[in-house]
Amino acid sequence: MLTYLTRRLSMMLLTLSLVAVTVFVLIRLVPGDSATLMLGEAGSPEQLAVLRARWGLDQPWPIQFLYWVKGMLTGDFGISTRTGEPVLPLILARFQVSAVIVLTAMVIAVLIAVPVGLYAAWKQNSWADLAVVSVATLLLSIPSFWLGLLLLVIFGLKLGWLPILGYVGFGEDFSRATSFVILPVATLALIEIGVLVRMARASAIEVLRLEYVTHARAKGLPEWRVLAFHVFPNAFAPTLTLIGLILGNLLGGIAVLETVFTLPGMGRLLVESIFARDYPVVQGCLLLTGVIFVLINLFVDMLYPIFDPRVARA
Amino acid sequence: MKLNLIIGLLLVILLGGAAAIGAAWTPYNPMQLDMLNRLSPPSPAHWLGTDEFGRDVLSRLMTGATTSIGIAVTTVLLAVSVGMIVGLVSGSLRGWTDRGLMAVTDALLAFPGILLALALIVILGAGSTGIILALALAYLPAVIRIVRSAVLSIREKEYVEASKVIGNSQAYTMFVHILPNCLAPISVVATSMFGWVILAESALSFLGLGVAPPAPTWGNMLSASQPYFERALWLSLAPGACIALALLATNLIGDALRDRFDPRRLQA
Repeated sequence: MLTYLTRRLSMMLLTLSLVAVTVFVLIRLVPGDSATLMLGEAGSPEQLAVLRARWGLDQPWPIQFLYWVKGMLTGDFGISTRTGEPVLPLILARFQVSAVIVLTAMVIAVLIAVPVGLYAAWKQNSWADLAVVSVATLLLSIPSFWLGLLLLVIFGLKLGWLPILGYVGFGEDFSRATSFVILPVATLALIEIGVLVRMARASAIEVLRLEYVTHARAKGLPEWRVLAFHVFPNAFAPTLTLIGLILGNLLGGIAVLETVFTLPGMGRLLVESIFARDYPVVQGCLLLTGVIFVLINLFVDMLYPIFDPRVARA
Repeated sequence: MKLNLIIGLLLVILLGGAAAIGAAWTPYNPMQLDMLNRLSPPSPAHWLGTDEFGRDVLSRLMTGATTSIGIAVTTVLLAVSVGMIVGLVSGSLRGWTDRGLMAVTDALLAFPGILLALALIVILGAGSTGIILALALAYLPAVIRIVRSAVLSIREKEYVEASKVIGNSQAYTMFVHILPNCLAPISVVATSMFGWVILAESALSFLGLGVAPPAPTWGNMLSASQPYFERALWLSLAPGACIALALLATNLIGDALRDRFDPRRLQA
């Protein structure tokens, strides 16, 4: 177990460095550096040179990279060229909004999808199974921003149950804040249910065929115990990996949903910063998402041996 | 379960047909403004109504289908052909070539695909060429990984050994004996990638980072419809339904291919 952890952690450090290098290179490939963007057409060559020297942009890339990494390790992610605010607090404030939505949606989706998938697998090829698979396939084919728009029309406009525009922080007014996030959470949860039900069902079907399930039934265990203690833990492991991947993709793709629901999340911040050519913020958002994606996958791999102890022994 | 495949193929014919016809002919000019007929509901003259500038929605959807499907097909072909060659070389040669290529792939795989595409759009600029390159690059690492792992299992087969023993060149063995046997997993990944690209392209257009209006795509039509959903719901329904149907077709056909090619299911 300890070797597994050490190996996994050192791999993570390597991946994190690769993530940092990738973000650094991507931003350096953007035409025009921050100094030219800040001064615009009006900047004289002398002014440009002064600004470049102050930000270290006159140094070669590897040196710039080291300065950048050093800054990040001390919590300095640079200054937004649009608002002049430090990047890190800005991103973290926006990240909270996105994280609440993504995590709540994921918890709801897992709680619904895993039992339903297990049930469908148990009743494989019945009408109930066919219905579950069809609904799941439909759900996963709906683009999140369209589903969000439709829910907004139905519950916001026609029924008038929920607000259409705006956002309030959870710290300020909890019940109003909840009313603003219900629809985005429901949208994401519905789509994730589609993905997870199919995965849970497929892995449960494979486990149900195995001999230890037959053995468990043969020794007279009640069916619910077979499902809960023999099928579920083994069928859950692949689903867990998928959950990790989905969480990362949700964070990456949440910009569209935040646009539909006018939420001040990190996805929206990223898109606004791209339009405003605010590259320090773009860089920070990319890096944070990349790092979180790596950490989620690490967390999933750490949980994996609980469901499948063979992994740690390999 | 064959029903899956039939529905999927019917949807492909429907949407592909709309795109093909849209390339040559549309009921109205999709860019023609008609300010007297703004936001008119579906009618015999305009089957799917008109938008905020009085343009015919059906015509715009057909032209949008040509653009969106065209972008998706080009992107998939580009990513799959490059990914196939890189994966094949990487998996066949092994050694430092393999390690170097895999390090780059892993670095890119550490980002969610859509995020990488967003970052690449910033570098390459919006517009159809930018989108095609950005999405192809964003999803390339996944293709390389899948092709490489297929190559790794095939290169240990006896017929590959035999080809080497009788003195065939490495390139000949790679392209004639290894590549054709990787086509099954490649077809599965190409199908799912088509869905990812349709979705990502519409998401980017929706955010205003894709093909710029007035040229229609499903994504930017949906985005433009947002201010009017109170008065003109059909504007939002039609493009969203097209995206959803395209994704549904991809998922159904992808499932059918997976059932057909997944070696674990063949054994069962």
